[in-house]
Amino acid sequence: MTNSVGIVTPQKIVFEDPIHLSSGYVLPHYELMVETYGTLNADKSNAILICHALSGHHHVAGKHAETDKAAGWWDNMVGPGKPIDTNKFFVMALNNLGGCHGSTGPSSINPETGAPYGSSFPVVLVRDWVETQARLADRLGIKQFAAIIGGSLGGMQALRWSITYPERVRHALVIASAPKLTAQNIAFNDVARQAIITDPEFHGGDFYLHGVVPKRGLRLARMLGHITYLSDDGMGEKFGRLLRSGEYKYGFDVEFEIESYLRYQGDKFSTIFDANTYLLMTKALDYFDPARHYGGSLAEAMRQAQAKFLVVSFTSDWRFAPSRSREIVKALLDADRTVSYAEIESQHGHDAFLMEDAPYMAVMRAYLNNIAAEIA
Amino acid sequence: MAQHNTLRPDLKHIADQIKPGSRVLDLGCADGELLAWLQANKAVRGIGVDVDVMSIVACVEKGLNVIQADMESGLQSFEDGSFDYVVLSLTIQAMHNIELILQEMLRVGKVGLVTFPNFGFWENRWQILIGRMPVSETIPYEWYNTPNIHFCTVKDFDKLLTKMGMKVDKQVVLHQGETVDFLPNLFGSLALVQFSACAK
Repeated sequence: MTNSVGIVTPQKIVFEDPIHLSSGYVLPHYELMVETYGTLNADKSNAILICHALSGHHHVAGKHAETDKAAGWWDNMVGPGKPIDTNKFFVMALNNLGGCHGSTGPSSINPETGAPYGSSFPVVLVRDWVETQARLADRLGIKQFAAIIGGSLGGMQALRWSITYPERVRHALVIASAPKLTAQNIAFNDVARQAIITDPEFHGGDFYLHGVVPKRGLRLARMLGHITYLSDDGMGEKFGRLLRSGEYKYGFDVEFEIESYLRYQGDKFSTIFDANTYLLMTKALDYFDPARHYGGSLAEAMRQAQAKFLVVSFTSDWRFAPSRSREIVKALLDADRTVSYAEIESQHGHDAFLMEDAPYMAVMRAYLNNIAAEIA
Repeated sequence: MAQHNTLRPDLKHIADQIKPGSRVLDLGCADGELLAWLQANKAVRGIGVDVDVMSIVACVEKGLNVIQADMESGLQSFEDGSFDYVVLSLTIQAMHNIELILQEMLRVGKVGLVTFPNFGFWENRWQILIGRMPVSETIPYEWYNTPNIHFCTVKDFDKLLTKMGMKVDKQVVLHQGETVDFLPNLFGSLALVQFSACAK
């Protein structure tokens, strides 16, 4: 494997201090699943935190075993010689609290009851995640991150970091993100949630006790989500009106390739993701609105920040459109903060932030090279 | 005196107009040559704007702050009066909405600095006279592949500014990097105009 971080092993880190969540709930202790790449330098100045998006986790780069079919979700961006160069940076990523990939979440056992948390797992907000991430940084002795980077919901975490812990963020890279969701965004999220909640196997979130999984709901939620992450053009180019058998069958089975693709994606997702986590993560998206605490002024919110910013958007992303990124840029300029902005031509919709597009990679590489030079 | 012998000649003349420590917005900043020089030598706080992503990459490589945007629809990202100087260098002739951009320049900044190829330059006039569209050092395109759609002469530009309630504070006309004082509209191939709003 060239340019890969190679075989990596995630690590579970236990936190015994209770955390007071925004919802008022207190979680007495929790665990975070963490993966790191590269080496932390002597003054601990070269750490980069990568925040995950909606269905994300700690496994960003490399493989867990030689036999793994696919590498981590951002393997094209993170590795030796890649834009987020692990020869220069110590990169860390985690599965957020409430997740279903090893961190404490709804499917974890509540030590007080001996049963899975299920419906009793509290709602977590972006700021709660930032709090747990800050504690994780404390554990490793990292006072300031060279950069905090995230796409989509990950970008919101980077923004929140820069507001809550200004002195702990040198650079924030906010990619394909938004300062808050639109009504349409929230509507999509709620349709996805309703698909899950109304699945007869959901059992009010306590399906674990019934030995079942609300697969149909999760599958629908993912299919809907997937449509919104792609662009019409991108989908058209990849699938068009291609038929699997070459002719119309006049029935409701899979006929068009796009149907087949979405069902495959939905099925796959429903076997690896937790329904309650999906609800929690979409709620965190809906609630995110840092301007809310600053009289509705995003500029006022961003005035708290000390970080330098790189904001990136993609032209065909209609879920988190470039205009949403421009709101962030405008707020940063109004707040007299340092910001650069790239609007990348792409057909891949919201998912473009995970793709290997040359100008996008070049912008990231150039920006991160400067950070590396700054901290050297 | 700051050294700027490495700077492109027209940019060197722009750089001369800019006071140290000021805030500069460079529209159509390309690879950021001017801003990089101004930051290094005049301690300006600068932001570049360009529509081309490769220009954004080049600017980021130089450690400049740069915003990718299409200026044809204005400068909405920027608040009124947030800059001392707004520079538009060798770009105006390729823009559709010239009046809007000039207005916007003086909305977000106190002083505008524009450079453009002077269509009144004698070589251009001569080529028209012999029946051809001008191709020259400052207009290096054929009529069918030129990005330039709005040519003007030094006189035309002055007239537009006056019409818009703006005034010329300083004008430098150049040829091959040297200032032209004698019949500038005839012997200068490149014009640099510094302008501001007329007092109301």
